[in-house]
Amino acid sequence: MTYEELLTEIALSDERFIVMTAENRALVRNIPGKLGNRFIDTGITEQTMIGAAAGLALRGRIPVVHALASFLSMRAFEFIRTDAGIPGLPVKLSSFIPGFLSDGNGPTHQALEDISLMRGIPNMTVFAPADEDDLVKMLPQIWTHSNPSYVRINTRKTNYIHAPFEWGKAEVVSTGDDVTILTYGLMFEQALIAVEMLKNEGLSVGLVSLRSLKPVDERAILEVTRNSKLTVTLEDHFLSGGLYSIVAEVLLKHGLTANILPFALNERWFKPALLPNVLEYEGFTGKQIAEKILGYKTFYKQPGMAVPQFAE
Amino acid sequence: MQNVIANTTDLEAIALKVREHIIKMSTDGGCFVGASLSAADLIVYLYSEFLNINKNNLDDPDRDYLFLSKGHDVPALYGTFVEMGLLEADRLKNHLSVSDNIYWHPNTKIPGIEFHSGSLGHLPSVAIGVAMDLKIKGGTNKVVCIMGDGELNEGTCWEAVLVANAYKLDNLIFVIDRNQFQANMATEDLIPLEPLHDKFTAFGAAVKRINGHDFDALHEAFSAYPFQDERLNVVIADTVRGKGLLSIERRADRWFCNFNATEVDDLLKELHGEHLTQLTSETLVVR
Repeated sequence: MTYEELLTEIALSDERFIVMTAENRALVRNIPGKLGNRFIDTGITEQTMIGAAAGLALRGRIPVVHALASFLSMRAFEFIRTDAGIPGLPVKLSSFIPGFLSDGNGPTHQALEDISLMRGIPNMTVFAPADEDDLVKMLPQIWTHSNPSYVRINTRKTNYIHAPFEWGKAEVVSTGDDVTILTYGLMFEQALIAVEMLKNEGLSVGLVSLRSLKPVDERAILEVTRNSKLTVTLEDHFLSGGLYSIVAEVLLKHGLTANILPFALNERWFKPALLPNVLEYEGFTGKQIAEKILGYKTFYKQPGMAVPQFAE
Repeated sequence: MQNVIANTTDLEAIALKVREHIIKMSTDGGCFVGASLSAADLIVYLYSEFLNINKNNLDDPDRDYLFLSKGHDVPALYGTFVEMGLLEADRLKNHLSVSDNIYWHPNTKIPGIEFHSGSLGHLPSVAIGVAMDLKIKGGTNKVVCIMGDGELNEGTCWEAVLVANAYKLDNLIFVIDRNQFQANMATEDLIPLEPLHDKFTAFGAAVKRINGHDFDALHEAFSAYPFQDERLNVVIADTVRGKGLLSIERRADRWFCNFNATEVDDLLKELHGEHLTQLTSETLVVR
């Protein structure tokens, strides 16, 4: 099932749902014809769209709102915080092309602080599915929960079949004594590749996909940092405010420390290019991640990667 | 015939070259070809005839300024830069390569780009800041900001018009590339903008509306700068999205295009008046 099929099914079965977009139709191409006046396109007006979503929510509606990640999380930030956050209205944000997924657009379109911004809003919940299968498994609970939500939309396909989603729980793919990779969203794809290579090198390797950044699965993080000699945080986000910060906050809260290797963008935006080239240039392919953890080069071949079929 | 331009033929020849550059950039990852083709004549005119900007005066504080706010039409700007001698033609082949800085939106690593853009409705206000400083310091520089018509959905564009009016910025010119489309919808089918002339006039601007592909009309309009003392200048340039390529002109589904090599060859022939191109590449789902 695709994102659009799921949204169509849920919206058709529940009159409360309104599908909104600030002229970003890539995810909802066929929905106008199916939902009629419960589809609202406000044009390129992210702030007005969020205010209107709050007004609709005030009337008992559940607006599912679409825009590019950087414009949704940043241009409309104060509207999200003030109009959805303060009253705790169930405005459901679907954030398109977050992180590396904005590939060739450039820094204006790079949402690398969205997790940081969104988790700072009281009442807001924040999610990052690993792929389309994960996305479709997570969304029904997210959309029917009473709080506002922010979801890093990721419709890429991997071969991994995810476990059912549990609210506030991470997905523990594997456990390992030597190294465990904590990740979320798009980077899951590369983490799977890195884990295979590390296992082939004889290491005991774990992999955890956070899924929910807020509420965050503190127990999963504490188990990893306690049981694994090295914990890797892997994210297409700025180093500040994302998973690395979350792990630091959780450890500090429990008076603990751990051996952490972060993969994130430190005080810089990434080089704009097509996605596979971005990952290679920035050192975020599975092979590069594995080699940095190992501290030496290997002869493994980095598998090819599908280029996204959309642009902004 | 004071307002008739001397070298219309030359400008048409430059614009044709710029369109060739745009078409060549619309492959191997693609670009926003339709919006680039609509803005090409405007940009060529402004750099060739109106603005005091050239490869030798980029560091001169007395030069003019051009801010490309719509951003995604940057292939038209890079193509023009090549024809002005600001950018080596070969570098356009680095489009989307990690070895260069040529991608879907403008950035200041390319000499001649005044400010990065891509997030709509930002540069009208940046241009205001520059125009304000020129008023404070007494400079005669002209400040042009090119905006898309879809971009006018963003409230900050209208805030900028209000502020420009309040500060009587007659050294500032907002140029609207009125190509009738935003992403993959007609503007009037989504968020209607008309009557656009009246809207700007009501906000206090001095407005001219012209055919943005007619160099004589462009020249006549811009020769009248400043249109009125102490008023923001606005030029609404009526244009055609995809101008020059009948096979994509005014087509809602041909906003962002990633053509294959054969299509690029055929489109280049089409540009020079040969038959229509048979497009087989997938219509990309954008926006």
